[in-house]
Amino acid sequence: METFLFFVFAVFAVAGSLGMLISRSPVASALWMVQTMLAIACLYLTLNATFIGVVQVLVYAGAIMVLFLFVIMLLNLEETPRLSAFTWQRAVAFVGGVAVLALLLTAVAEQTDLFPNPTEVPVAVVDPAGEAIVVGPEGEAAVVDEGEVAVVPVDPTSVERIGVALLTRHAFTLEIVGALLLAATIGAVLLAKKRFA
Amino acid sequence: MDLTWYLSLSAVLFTIGVLGVLLRRNVIVVFLSIELMLNAVNLTLVAFSQAFGDVDGQILVFFVMSVAAAEAAVGLAIVIAMFRNKLTINVDELRLFRG
Amino acid sequence: MELLVQLILLPPIVIAGLNGVMGLFWPAWRKQEWLLGGLALAAVAVPFAVTCLLFFGFEAAEVVRYFTWLQAGDLRVDFAYRIDELSLLMTMIVTGVGSLIHLYSIGYMHGDDGYWRFFAYLNLFIFAMLNLVLAESLPVLFLGWEGVGLCSYLLIGFWYTDLKNSAAANKAFIVNRVGDFAFLLAMFIIFKTVVDAQGGVFGLDFATLLAPETLALFAGPTGFWVTVLLLIGATGKSAQIPLFVWLPDAMAGPTPVSALIHAATMVTSGLYLLARLSPLVLNSGALWIIATVGALTAIMAATVAITQNDIKKVLAYSTVSQLGYMFLAAGVGAFFVAIFHVMTHAFFKACLFLGSGSVIHSMHHVEHELEHKGLIPPHHGPGSHDTPLDSEATQNTLRHSPLPYDGPFDAQDMRTMGGLRKFMPITAITFGLSTLAIAGLPPLAGFFSKDEILFRVFEFGQSAHIGYMALWVVGLITAVLTAIYMTRAYLLTFEGSPRWPDSMDTHPHESPWTMTVPLVVLAGLAVVGGFLGLPPVFEDIGLPGSWIHGWLVGHGDHLGPVADSLDPLWASVSPYYEGEHHVSHAVEWALLGLGAVVALVGIGAAVYYFRFGKRGPEADRKARKVFGLFYTPASHVWGWDQFYNATFVKGTVEGARKVFAPFDKNVVDGGVMGLAGLVRRAASGLRGVQTGVVQTYALAIVVGVVAVVALVLFV
Repeated sequence: METFLFFVFAVFAVAGSLGMLISRSPVASALWMVQTMLAIACLYLTLNATFIGVVQVLVYAGAIMVLFLFVIMLLNLEETPRLSAFTWQRAVAFVGGVAVLALLLTAVAEQTDLFPNPTEVPVAVVDPAGEAIVVGPEGEAAVVDEGEVAVVPVDPTSVERIGVALLTRHAFTLEIVGALLLAATIGAVLLAKKRFA
Repeated sequence: MDLTWYLSLSAVLFTIGVLGVLLRRNVIVVFLSIELMLNAVNLTLVAFSQAFGDVDGQILVFFVMSVAAAEAAVGLAIVIAMFRNKLTINVDELRLFRG
Repeated sequence: MELLVQLILLPPIVIAGLNGVMGLFWPAWRKQEWLLGGLALAAVAVPFAVTCLLFFGFEAAEVVRYFTWLQAGDLRVDFAYRIDELSLLMTMIVTGVGSLIHLYSIGYMHGDDGYWRFFAYLNLFIFAMLNLVLAESLPVLFLGWEGVGLCSYLLIGFWYTDLKNSAAANKAFIVNRVGDFAFLLAMFIIFKTVVDAQGGVFGLDFATLLAPETLALFAGPTGFWVTVLLLIGATGKSAQIPLFVWLPDAMAGPTPVSALIHAATMVTSGLYLLARLSPLVLNSGALWIIATVGALTAIMAATVAITQNDIKKVLAYSTVSQLGYMFLAAGVGAFFVAIFHVMTHAFFKACLFLGSGSVIHSMHHVEHELEHKGLIPPHHGPGSHDTPLDSEATQNTLRHSPLPYDGPFDAQDMRTMGGLRKFMPITAITFGLSTLAIAGLPPLAGFFSKDEILFRVFEFGQSAHIGYMALWVVGLITAVLTAIYMTRAYLLTFEGSPRWPDSMDTHPHESPWTMTVPLVVLAGLAVVGGFLGLPPVFEDIGLPGSWIHGWLVGHGDHLGPVADSLDPLWASVSPYYEGEHHVSHAVEWALLGLGAVVALVGIGAAVYYFRFGKRGPEADRKARKVFGLFYTPASHVWGWDQFYNATFVKGTVEGARKVFAPFDKNVVDGGVMGLAGLVRRAASGLRGVQTGVVQTYALAIVVGVVAVVALVLFV
């Protein structure tokens, strides 16, 4: 079942990206891109990354792509003619792209055996009496003096875990990114402003 | 789930993004291709996060998305500004730093 | 002792630096003639005083070592100086005569724009010369050798704005170079010989070199060739055949320079070198070459001197001739006699040159007066105003020139002198006394030194090889010629009636005290200087013998620094010693008498021929007709200059033009320009990378990433 879902969404993603690549109209490209985004969001869901999947739809498909469409419409762009001219640069670019793919796949193929069994999940320790014992965000086991150790699967992708991590370990980065977004906002506004002569 | 599949898919998407950056002449489509590349990377990160059970992967995805948003906004603002001056979004003609 | 030697060596270079730097950067300094000149004079007078101190308190030879100069492998040269009889005597001559000439220059160079430069160069020269004579090793000597050559160049071309002077300076330097090259080769051979045989560290110092063990290494062909090379070096510096051609041209420099450098000091360096290395030279088997060169040079130069009209040229050739005498003396192993003649020659020749300078100085004033009166065309001259030679006034006056020769008025030409004794009595008397001295009239200095030379040649001819008698005859003939040409010079200049235009109204006058005092002192020395080297036979009549012999060669048990071929003290070193007294005392007295007669004959002949100055240039013309076969080539220096010009000079210039110039233009320039062109073309090609299209750059990035990742994955 999982595999089937994966392939379906994968096909949608690749098709969308190819469509984006080949389309002559920028609007069409953007819309194909939206399809790709949604497919990827679904893929996130199959990976149990619920939070990320939702954020993908909200932010990427919902905000960034909309922004792209706004700009395309603002600039009132026409369709660009299909270019079939052969230049050395294009040939090299094509070869380069293929090389990138080949290398990446090679890397993937060679390194996979070092990956742990993805079905294994970290465990938490639970008091046999049923009371929860404080566990670390990654599910590190705390030493328990008495009682048995029960294995309970901990959902690594739960929103709670993400939230805790964001606000503890990555708090500083969070603040920086916030500042970055502020700067980007101001910058974008300034750059795109109409100059009043 | 097989990690390898996800990684391969990510590689393919990344490659398509690279080709888009290198081959398309419409600067908007170039930006879209960049976003595609970022998405491919995000996919890789989430796959690994699931594989290792480490939530930091998804944290990183979170940040990547934020930065991608910021970058898209600023980039498009630049495109608008250039379009005002040159009335073109053809990458070949936007070449001020010519040698 | 270290301090005293420093007090001798350092003042000249310090004051030279001071005058040079201050004069260069501070224009106000250049005007302070008395300060400048006074400092320069002190810089030579103080060393003279110190030298006198060392001289009168001399006990034994000492070597003072300061610091290491060169050190590489087996070679180690220190700045070390030797205080012994020979070096002290030479230093006294250099600083003593040098001081007088510095004083003279204060008057002579008055008003010249380059006054400060002159004294800076002069002091630099003294420094180099002192290094030369006080050096304990050949490299330090060579340092001084080159230094005096440099200063000679700087001072000959002192008035460098006139191309003739620069050419003369170049000639001096280049000709000297040939000699220096030979000197260097000699040093190399010496070094190699000693180090190969003895090992260890060697710095060509005299203490080691003149030790008996080391001298033995030079007994055979090595010593012969070393001596020959050193002789070539000496002929360059001391103006002998074949490298004498620069000295007459050197008269282009100011007269004090001619007096100091080209009469009294620098030109004696060659003799000093031979005297210092006398034990080596004595055993080299090359003595006959030295004697022959000296004798031939002496007679050749004397014949030329008779034909010259420029008073300084007469003195220049006279110097070459007298230097020939000194080489002749060295060539019979009588090195101390050569040094004795160096000393007396310094006295009278410096006096003669300074006297001629005094005359020239006055004749320049006459020239200016005549120009003012419009009687002669104005012309370029050192330190005078420039007037174009092709202006109409000039051309006009030239056509009706009252001068007996072509061209502008020449203050140095004796044909427009005459009768100067009335106007410049001090100059005339001192010049006259020095003339008698150089002619060899007893009891003046020249008589004793020249006679001693001739006597030693005679003795050597009797004991060693009969061939030397021919050289003795040559020496006698030269003595006659010397007396003739010097007397002629005196008569043409000072006696008779004046021959310059408007001589009734335009008068020269005597020079200032700064110039006449040195003249008087030097003339006095020329009179009494000979008593330092009285002939040994004088002891028979109760007079002291030769002090200088005892001083330099040794007396009693003590061995001096200068070897002697026929002295019992040096019997173990000299291969020519065969017991004492080859020539009887009677013959010695006869030879003394012969010397006096020769001098009188020469002087008398000239006095008669020129009617005590009443007959001037007409007498010369008559002589040219009578002696035409000799006179004409002699007046052209027997073709030496023409020969060198046609061969070496022309050869070098043509070679440069045909070979080196194209090489420089095509290969060197071509290479450099080609390289630049290459860079330009490469840059222009590479510039194409900067397209300005972002995608190209992105492609480049991708290619780079692919390469790196592939490297990481597969390597």
